[in-house]
Amino acid sequence: MDDNNAAIDVKNIKAINKVTFRQRMISYKRKPLSLLLLIIVGLAAFLSAAVLVFLIVFILIKGVPNLTPDLFAWEYNSENVSCMPAIINTLVITVLTLIIAVPFGIGAAIYLVEYAKKGNRLVKVIRTMAETLSGIPSIVYGLFGMMFFVTALHWGTSILSGAFTLAIMILPTIMRTTEEALLTVPDSYREGSYGLGAGKLRTIFRIILPSAMPGILAGVILAVGRIVGETAALIYTSGTATGTASSVMSSGRTLAIHMYVLANEGLYTDQAWGTAVVLLVLVFGINTLSAFIAKKLGTGKDK
Amino acid sequence: MRLSRLKEKAMQGVFFLTAITSIAAVVTICIFLFYNGVPAMAEIGFFDFLGGQDWSPKNVPASYGIFDMIVGSVYVTADALVIGVPIGILTSIFLARFCPAPLYKILKPATELLAGIPSIVYGFFGLMVIVPLVRNNFGGNGSSLLSASIVLGIMILPTIIGVSESALRAVPESYYEGALALGATKERSIFKTILPAAKSGVLAGVVLGIGRAIGETMAVVLIAGNQVQIPSSLTDGVRTLTANIVLEMGYSTGLHREALIATGVVLFVFILLITLSMQAIKSRGEKNG
Repeated sequence: MDDNNAAIDVKNIKAINKVTFRQRMISYKRKPLSLLLLIIVGLAAFLSAAVLVFLIVFILIKGVPNLTPDLFAWEYNSENVSCMPAIINTLVITVLTLIIAVPFGIGAAIYLVEYAKKGNRLVKVIRTMAETLSGIPSIVYGLFGMMFFVTALHWGTSILSGAFTLAIMILPTIMRTTEEALLTVPDSYREGSYGLGAGKLRTIFRIILPSAMPGILAGVILAVGRIVGETAALIYTSGTATGTASSVMSSGRTLAIHMYVLANEGLYTDQAWGTAVVLLVLVFGINTLSAFIAKKLGTGKDK
Repeated sequence: MRLSRLKEKAMQGVFFLTAITSIAAVVTICIFLFYNGVPAMAEIGFFDFLGGQDWSPKNVPASYGIFDMIVGSVYVTADALVIGVPIGILTSIFLARFCPAPLYKILKPATELLAGIPSIVYGFFGLMVIVPLVRNNFGGNGSSLLSASIVLGIMILPTIIGVSESALRAVPESYYEGALALGATKERSIFKTILPAAKSGVLAGVVLGIGRAIGETMAVVLIAGNQVQIPSSLTDGVRTLTANIVLEMGYSTGLHREALIATGVVLFVFILLITLSMQAIKSRGEKNG
């Protein structure tokens, strides 16, 4: 939302030839098809924007009046249908997932960017696999998590099973964004560090990672957005228990699952609208934070 | 000196291990899905499973045919594309070529916001708004192929817009300038030179949208009606592969459960095919470009 973006876009719009409005109208009169194309393009863009505005305004109008103190009571019962335990579970599962996925994602990106030789066969395989992972639907992750973590490893329907399932799901996101962030670090940084006698490891941890940090962070926050909104991968791994999970080995529903159960039962529509607002605010807050940090990266570098 | 070299080598090994986790993950997922799903397919009979039109796990003897669900998934995805693709591509043309800079600063984040909304919120919105709308205007009980397609069409918009916009922006400006110089109008230049040149990128966006639509679960479950049938009209209910898994996994046991995992295998194979064609499109685009 600052002038930075505008400056870039103005550059993209090049005036090849000045055409007055009148000339333009005459040309459209001669070629009505062009006018028609212009109209449908504008209409489509308007429709896309209108859908978003309608969606958000509708949810806010329906949901905000239902944001009662009852909805945020510490204990869930069928009287207040509180979403507080679900919020806490979401928080726990998010932190756990990040603890598992972030080291792996960053480590893999470091290997791909700093160690692997260009044109390496293995790198190609790793990229293809990461791409495959990011295409797998969340319900298939849910099935896998249920078979592997819940049944085969005997972890049961638990926060831990859910977190591991989600960790695999967000791994490609973290890998890709970290890779991009590492690639933006200029080679002169690396050369300078080697020139001063630092080893590869020291260069990575002291020079490269700190300067790539905003990009990595933006990616991680993006992944958090995905965790918070996830339903299908969690419903059979972390389960739908209503209370706050007492340990990582017990079941607990996240906010998104809470919402699914409310919508499916159809008994607590008002509370479901309220929960939808909470979920939307959370996700939008997370996305804005990610965009803000990514922008910091853009302005912080002297290019 | 030797110690630090040892440390360097050890850490390189650690990084290497983290790098191959994604390979390990894909392999493990494949093994578990196929190991649990394929025997069920064999027991039911491969063609009875894929081509059978009778899904009644409660009957004695039970029958597990998922043909209706495969058709359901294809119908829902195809109809979502009918809604999402034209609007998505036209919007991306608007963003890349027509949008004034101040408007772009609002519209671009807006499309990204659309991508961030959780699928369950879309589903709930569809249940409360689209379903009654369809019921009142088109008849039926509202939970239908049409409702699901509309919501999915909206959900795949940001994917298509994002990918095809960057494809359109990657086309060299000289193509456009050349067309203008030959006397074509702005619109004609865009539709006749830039759009064809960005074809493979736009197609990649559509394929990505297909992947998202076919894998979507929670939104569809709430609004598609979930009857096991091949819908004869847009207002009929429909059950997708994803919905079948979510609806019955909770209480299934034995062969029924394995049949559901096999449903997941079918879905997984669909997605693998889509990922493969995606990579084929990408490599073709790189060769041409």
